[in-house]
Amino acid sequence: MDIIYTIWLRNMKRYIRSKSRIIGSISMPLFFLVFLGFGLNSVVQLPGLGGNYIVFLIPGMVAMSVLFTSVFSGIQIIWDKQFGFLKETLVAPVSRLEIMLGQTLGGATIAVLQGFMILVLSVFIGLHLSSLTGFLIALGFMILIGISFTAFGIAIASRMEDMTGFQLIMNFVIFPIFGLSGALFPISSLPAWIAPITLLDPLTYGVEGIRYGLTGFSQINPLISFTVIGGFTLVMTVLGAFLFRKIKF
Amino acid sequence: MTVAIHVENLTKRFNDLVAVDGISFDIEHGEIFGLLGPNGAGKTTTLSMLSTILKPTSGSAAINGIDIEHDEDGVRKSIGIVFQDQSLDEELTAWENMDFHGRLYRLAAEVRKQRTSELLQLVELEERKNDIVKTFSGGMRRRLEIARGLLHHPSVLFLDEPTLGLDPQTRNHLWQYIATLAREKGITIILTTHNMEEADRLCNRVAIIDHGRIIALDTPTNLKDGIGGDVVSIRTPNPEAIVASLNEPWVLRKEQHNGEVTISLQNAEHRISTIVTALNQRQIPIESISIHKPTLEDVFLSFTGKTIREQEADHKMNMRTYQRMMRH
Repeated sequence: MDIIYTIWLRNMKRYIRSKSRIIGSISMPLFFLVFLGFGLNSVVQLPGLGGNYIVFLIPGMVAMSVLFTSVFSGIQIIWDKQFGFLKETLVAPVSRLEIMLGQTLGGATIAVLQGFMILVLSVFIGLHLSSLTGFLIALGFMILIGISFTAFGIAIASRMEDMTGFQLIMNFVIFPIFGLSGALFPISSLPAWIAPITLLDPLTYGVEGIRYGLTGFSQINPLISFTVIGGFTLVMTVLGAFLFRKIKF
Repeated sequence: MTVAIHVENLTKRFNDLVAVDGISFDIEHGEIFGLLGPNGAGKTTTLSMLSTILKPTSGSAAINGIDIEHDEDGVRKSIGIVFQDQSLDEELTAWENMDFHGRLYRLAAEVRKQRTSELLQLVELEERKNDIVKTFSGGMRRRLEIARGLLHHPSVLFLDEPTLGLDPQTRNHLWQYIATLAREKGITIILTTHNMEEADRLCNRVAIIDHGRIIALDTPTNLKDGIGGDVVSIRTPNPEAIVASLNEPWVLRKEQHNGEVTISLQNAEHRISTIVTALNQRQIPIESISIHKPTLEDVFLSFTGKTIREQEADHKMNMRTYQRMMRH
């Protein structure tokens, strides 16, 4: 536990010091919320939410914030590789599993904090948090998204030598995961042939879970969402740990 | 004296490239031991195997009697490493880098605190302890890494090219630190270098390593004495003629490379006029002539027929040819 805490602590120290990163990763989902939300609010008709698109969009933007921050935190291991710091950790008499878990929890904590900031800001543009239970449910889903996608980032970083592939991963893996998740629109409004693909996207269940918690409305049963995203978290953590163990230095 | 590091027939192969070729040596407690050789000779590979980063292909080694293959964590606890490339977290302060290391090695909070401030004082970074490492110079970073490597009180310290890329003044300073460490703390130090002066100044014993093999191992003094007295270097357009003509019994060794002839002999000061006269008589032109005490460079030259720099150039060319082959 002490080693996991040590790695986690380092991640938090670096996070608190990187003001530009904090602001940078809040701004994107916030702009989405303001531009898309206010821009489309009067045009979009949604079933179940009284036609309020902003309220529909908020859980999606919270999920987006957690998703991007966590993948980025995981992939940061490549920097540690390039700047040599990873060696210092790998040559210490500690197990790779502890290092990986510390990194995962660190990344997930940062991601959840980022998502939480969006959540707080959302209160000013129309989100009404009705119950504490709802908030805790949303938080639970945010944590699961954070852990699973940090682990996912670590898994990718373990196989990459430098940052050259980063843009490729962002454009062809992370962005489709985000786009297909129903963060921006209800999955039921997609053409019939795309709908099954959205159900293969693990983030769909994360977004639906957060939406259920924050608004009480969701198209997928929250228990199913919890099972799928929970299972995905487990699989990603095992995969990340497995690939991280094989890093050569 | 007891043995701190025992190495026997250690070998590392990467596919068909033999990086380390069956080397054996013993290092005693408190010794500063140098692995001297050109880049690509197998020095870092040897250190990597001894520090359990790489698994040897064959052979064995033990640190303080702990086998490097059977008890990785045991070895890791008893060694400190300063890597060739920097391995600090630049976003953290000097103190935080030390603290992180202390936690990784599971030192108790008070021990961590006390040793960190002690070591930062030793490497004269106490005043900068709360500064972010990003603002540190190359020499300061090196010192911090050495301090960090000592935090968990290892009995053996590995230094991989400790002064590479540092200016001469900082290098001198660092040499003093390292020598003091070995003397005062009784730590065994094994360092790699391709800097002859570094090996000569710092090391109690030096293993000269080339193409993965140890070609000589002794104290710097003995290695240099082995060459025989003094060295006379003559630069000339016709080196073959000099080698052919100097056959006096007091010429201990003749070597020719790159338009330069080096001759080993005793009492060079007295013989130099004889040499010049003899070459003049045979009408062999002399561009320049110099006498110097043998250096480890001369030792390396006498064993390999090349200077370290030439050997490195050769090695780079081989690597390039090898890579080109792999690509096709």
